[in-house]
Amino acid sequence: MESYAQLVPLMILIPAIGAFINFFWGAKLGEAWSSRIAITASALTFVVALLLFSYLNYSHGQAAIVDPPFFDSWIRIGDSVEIPWQMRVDTLSVTMMLFVSLVGTLIHIYARGYMHGDPRFSRFFAYINMFLAFMFILVAGNNFLMMFVGWEGVGLCSFLLIGFWFDKPHGVGWQNSNAAKKAMIVNRIGDFGMLMGIFLIFWTFGTLDYFRPGEIANVHFLEETIHELEEAEHAAEETAAGGAEAEHGLTSWPPPFTNNDHIPTERLGVFGQAERMLAEGAQVSFGSISLPIETVIVLITLFLLLGATGKSAQIPLFVWLPDAMAGPTPVSALIHAATMVTAGVYMMVRSNVLYANADLTSFIVTIIGVSTAIVAGFIAIGQWDIKRVLAYSTISQLGFMVAAVGVGAFGAAIFHMVTHAFFKALLFLGSGSVIHGVEHGHHHAAHHGNGGDHHDEGHDEEFDPQDMRNMGGLRRNMPITYWTYLIGTLALAGIIPFAGFWSKDEILADSWLAGVFGNTVLQQFSGYIALGVLLAAAGFTAFYMWRQMEMVFYGEPRTEAARHASESVPSMTIPLIVLAIFSIFIGFVNTPKAFLGLSNIFGEGELIHFLEWSLVHVHPYAPQGGVFNPVIAIPALAIGLGGIFLARSIYGNGKALTANRRDPLAVNPSTGVIWSLANARLYWDEFYFRVFENPFNRAGAFLADQLDWSFWHDYVHDSILVRGFNALGTFLSQPVDLGLIDGAVNGIGRLTRWASGRLRRVQTGYVRMYAITVLIGVVFVIVIILLPMIQAG
Amino acid sequence: MVQTDAYVMLSMVLFILGAMGVLLRRNAILVFMSVELMLNAANLALVAFARQWGSSDGHLFVFFVITVAAAEVAVGLALIVAIFRTKRSINIDELNQLEG
Repeated sequence: MESYAQLVPLMILIPAIGAFINFFWGAKLGEAWSSRIAITASALTFVVALLLFSYLNYSHGQAAIVDPPFFDSWIRIGDSVEIPWQMRVDTLSVTMMLFVSLVGTLIHIYARGYMHGDPRFSRFFAYINMFLAFMFILVAGNNFLMMFVGWEGVGLCSFLLIGFWFDKPHGVGWQNSNAAKKAMIVNRIGDFGMLMGIFLIFWTFGTLDYFRPGEIANVHFLEETIHELEEAEHAAEETAAGGAEAEHGLTSWPPPFTNNDHIPTERLGVFGQAERMLAEGAQVSFGSISLPIETVIVLITLFLLLGATGKSAQIPLFVWLPDAMAGPTPVSALIHAATMVTAGVYMMVRSNVLYANADLTSFIVTIIGVSTAIVAGFIAIGQWDIKRVLAYSTISQLGFMVAAVGVGAFGAAIFHMVTHAFFKALLFLGSGSVIHGVEHGHHHAAHHGNGGDHHDEGHDEEFDPQDMRNMGGLRRNMPITYWTYLIGTLALAGIIPFAGFWSKDEILADSWLAGVFGNTVLQQFSGYIALGVLLAAAGFTAFYMWRQMEMVFYGEPRTEAARHASESVPSMTIPLIVLAIFSIFIGFVNTPKAFLGLSNIFGEGELIHFLEWSLVHVHPYAPQGGVFNPVIAIPALAIGLGGIFLARSIYGNGKALTANRRDPLAVNPSTGVIWSLANARLYWDEFYFRVFENPFNRAGAFLADQLDWSFWHDYVHDSILVRGFNALGTFLSQPVDLGLIDGAVNGIGRLTRWASGRLRRVQTGYVRMYAITVLIGVVFVIVIILLPMIQAG
Repeated sequence: MVQTDAYVMLSMVLFILGAMGVLLRRNAILVFMSVELMLNAANLALVAFARQWGSSDGHLFVFFVITVAAAEVAVGLALIVAIFRTKRSINIDELNQLEG
C-alpha cells in the first residue's frame, strides 16, 4: 500500500510504450491489435490512477513526491539550480489523473469504432496514447518545468491530431492543416506568457518545485483534520467500551511535523516561499530596481494567465478551438473538451497560493472568464455546425472555470472541470455518432435512393454531414445517441440532479460568497460580476443546447441523409452509455452540505475536502463555503429551465428552420442583426486578421522583398559588392598583373635574347679571328703584369 | 762571346714572324709550321738565358717543350687529315661552321 505512490512513473511509461509500438509496428499489427494495445495502455493508466487514489486514502491525503528511476536529476547547475524530474502524487494531481484516464479510456474505445477504415488508424492511436503520456507528465510533475514539458507536448499532440486528415481532397486537407497551424501558433503566444511566468518564478523563488519533500501543502487543513480525528477518537473511546484501534494504516500518522516552520525558506517550494515572503513583506531585486513581493506575484500571475488563455481558450486566444473541430471527433472530445484545455485551469488552481494573493490579477481573471463565458455562449447560438456549437460551449464552460479561479473558488473550478469532462466528452462523442449516422444515411440515400446516380465525389463535397440544417428527427433512428445526448444536454444546462447542476451551482454560490464577504472592494465587485454574468451565460448555455436538440433530434428529418441515418456500432454507443451514467451521478462527489439528506448518502463536499489537502484556498471565505444556497441555486435552475423552454418555443414543433433553411432568429426582425453577428462569430477572426495578421504579413513581405531582396541583395550586393569586387579584380589582373609583372618577366626574357643575339656574333667560327683575339688578350695580360715595372722604370 | 741580347732579339723576331704566320696564313699546315716557329723561338730564348746564368733549368725546360710540340704536331696533323677527308680542303677560312 505504501509504495503504490511509486507507480506514478507508469502513468507516463505505459502510454508512451503504447505509442511507440503503434508508431513503428502499427501498420503491421492491423486495426484490431493496434486498437487493443492502445485501449489496454489507457485502461492500465486508469488502474494505476485508482491505485494512487487508494494510496492517498491510506496516507490520509498526505502527498508523495516520487523520483522516477533512471532519471537521476534533470537540470542541476552547481548548487543554485536544481530542477529534478520529479513527480507529485497528491490529491489534485490524482483527481486530474483519474478523470483524464477514465474519460481517455472511454474515448479510446469509441475511437476504435469511429476511426474504422481510416488508412492511418494505428497512427491515430499512437498519437492519442502519446497525448495521454504528455498529459500525465503535465499533471504529475512536481515543478513548473515538468508542467511546461507536458504543456508543450499536449500542444504538439493537439497539432498532430487536429491536422490528422491533412490529406483530404478538395482543399479540405488544407483547411485541416491550417487549423492545426493556427492552434499551434496561438498556443505559442500563450506559451510566451507561461515561460515569462516561469522565469519570474525562478528569479523570485530560486526554484520551480511546487513543494519540496517533507513540506506540507495545506498546514491549516492538516492541523484541523488531526484535531477532528483526535476528537473523534476521544468520542469513540467514551461511547464504545473497547478502545478503537487507530484505523490509520500509515505508521507515521500523524506525521512528524504538522507545519513547515522547521524548514528554512530556501528549502521550501514556490508556494511555501511565497507565503513566507508575503508575510515578511520581502522585496525582490531585479538588478537596478527592486519590487515588493506583491507586485512580483501580480506579474507572475498575469504572465501565467496569458499562458492559460492560450491553452484553455479564453479571450483573447480562444480562436483556435472552433477551428480545431477539423480534427476527428474523438480528438475533439479528448483534447478539446475534457483534458488539454483544462491544463490552463489546472495550472492556475495549482498556483492558488499565488492567485489568492494577487488581487488585481484575480480581478482580471474573473473579467476574462466571465466575458469569455458570455461571448462564447452568444456565438454558439448562431452556429450551424454541430461541433462548432459544442466548441463554443467548451470555451464558455472554461470561462466558468476561469471565473471560478478568479473569485477564489479553486475547488469549485476543479469540480466543474471534472463534471464538464464527462458530459462534454459525452456530447462530443454523441455528435460524432450523429455525424457518422448522417454520413451513412447519405451514402445509403445516394447509392440506393435515387437509382444510383454515381457522381459521389461532387455530391460529397457539397453535403456537409456536420451541418445541423441537414439533420432532424434523429431520435427515432438513433435512440441510444438521442438519450445519452439528452442526458449530456441536461447536465450541461445545469438541471438537477445531473452533474452540471452541482458544479455550476458551486461556482455561483462561491461567487456570491466572494461578493458578500470579500475583503476588498475589488473582490466583492468581481464576485458580483461573476455571479451576474455567469447566470446569463448559463441561460445562454441552456438555450443553445436545446436549440441543438431541437434541430438535430426532434422534428422531422430535413434531408434524405437524416431519414436514412442509422445507429452507430456498439464500440461507439457503449462509451456513450457509460459517460451518460457518469454525467448523472458524478455530481454527487461533491454534494453540498444541508441538501435534503443527500449528504448522508454521498458525504458532504467530498471532492473539495479531498482537494483541500493540496490546495490552500478551496473556497473563498471558507466557513460558509460548500453549503447549499437555495437563493442562488433556484434562480439558476429557473434560468436553465427558462432557456430550455424559450428554445423549445422558438425551435420546437418543427420550427427548427424556416422554409428557406434559415434560423427563426435570423428571420425575426428584432433579433435578426444580433443573430447574424453570432453566426459570423462576432467577426473575431476577421478582426485579428485585420489588426494583427495582415499588418504583420505586410511588414514581413516588405522586409523580405524590399529591404532584403531589392536593397540588400540587388543594390548593396550586386552594385556595390559584386561590381566593386569585379573592378578590383579587373584592375589587379590587367594593368598590374599583365602589365607590370608580365612585363617585367617578359622584359627579362627579351633582354636576354637581345643580349645573346648581340653576343653570339662573337662566335664567328672564323679561326683567325679567334687567334687574333687570343693574341690581343695575351698582350693585354702581359702589359698589366708588367705595368708596375714599366711605371717604375 | 755573343751577347745574350742578340739571341733574345733573334728569338723575338722569330716569335713575331711565327705569330704573323699564324694570323695571316690560310693553309692549316703553314699555320702549324708557324706555331712550331713560335715554340722554337721560345726554346731559343730559354737556351740563351740558360747559357747566361749557367744553369741547366732552361735546357731541361726546352726538352719538355720539344716533346710537347711533337705530340701536339701529331695530334694536329691527325686532325687536319680528318678534316681534309671531309672537306677536301685545308683552308682555315672555310672552317667556320661552329659559329653562333
